[in-house]
Amino acid sequence: MMAALIFAVSVVTLLMFFVSYCRSLMAASSRHVLSREVRDVTGIRDLATARDYPKLMQLLELCPERPEDRVGLRAVSVYYDILDVTQKSIARLIPRLQAWMEHERAGCANFAAVALDRRIAFNRESLLREAEF
Amino acid sequence: MPGPVATLILCIGTAFELAFVVCSIYRKAFSRYVFFNLYFLLTLASSCFRHFVLVHSGVESDEYRYTYFYSDAILTLVLYAALISLYSRVFGELRFSKYVRVCAVLLLAGTAGFSYAVVAQSQERLSTNFAYELSQNLYFVGLILTYLLWGAILKLGETRTRLVQIVLSLGLYFSAYAASYALVTFASIDSVVVYLVPVVGCLLPLAWTVTILRHSEESRLVPARLVAVSR
Repeated sequence: MMAALIFAVSVVTLLMFFVSYCRSLMAASSRHVLSREVRDVTGIRDLATARDYPKLMQLLELCPERPEDRVGLRAVSVYYDILDVTQKSIARLIPRLQAWMEHERAGCANFAAVALDRRIAFNRESLLREAEF
Repeated sequence: MPGPVATLILCIGTAFELAFVVCSIYRKAFSRYVFFNLYFLLTLASSCFRHFVLVHSGVESDEYRYTYFYSDAILTLVLYAALISLYSRVFGELRFSKYVRVCAVLLLAGTAGFSYAVVAQSQERLSTNFAYELSQNLYFVGLILTYLLWGAILKLGETRTRLVQIVLSLGLYFSAYAASYALVTFASIDSVVVYLVPVVGCLLPLAWTVTILRHSEESRLVPARLVAVSR
């Protein structure tokens, strides 16, 4: 009985910490101003919306990886998938939840846009360094 | 002997633990995160010692059981100390550090007493049961304490990115470990111990290494964005 209670509490807090961890990753990159290059490529004017996310992930796959991005991107894409599934199922019944999920998914898209921007800058610097040698 | 998958998970976890220690030295943060480094160094030492006992005595032996559960209890105590050091950092500016330490010692003594009381009631009064019970209860206490610390961070509007992400990773780790231990107790699924627990063990050093590498001590984030429901 005690073990079952601990299990239930642990699963709830696991979900809560996971959501907060993903939000902290997104908050850490919220101050980043997107470069003009990324805006042109993605068509994002000011802030990314939830609809931009699949396109941004495709662009990220085309761009060579930055090792420090990998864990954050993986965590945020799992978070996006959870939001996506929830939005298509439970959130349909609760309109308020729908709006919150849309906002969160937009946050995920913004995180992906910042990651893309950083990857492009990182690869440009690497190419410049190689050209110097 | 553990299978190739379990050995691979162990090797990956060990590599991440070493990576955290190396990165914290590289980023000149070893003394700031001394308990975390001590925890990972002790984890490395205990992995080697467990492997030595495993090779000489076998996985079914009492020696291996004692080694596994007692080393795990010691590691949990060090991680508990690391968690208290995070409390001291969050409440340091409010000059509550002394009270935090006193409360931590009292809570630890209470948890050990409770664990002993639970074991003493059972017919098999094996000392490994005490170590197992203490670990399980400490993980759960650690989870509750991390939850309270996270609440305090939100309330105080903490902005230090490293601190926030370290606390959240620790919360994830404690939650997953507490859930795993509870699952073993009430469902007796062996694969949880063999695969799930070591995989969870890999995630903590990985998350902390990424945090140390990506963010400097001066990195700040917007606290309002951490709250799930906007105020």
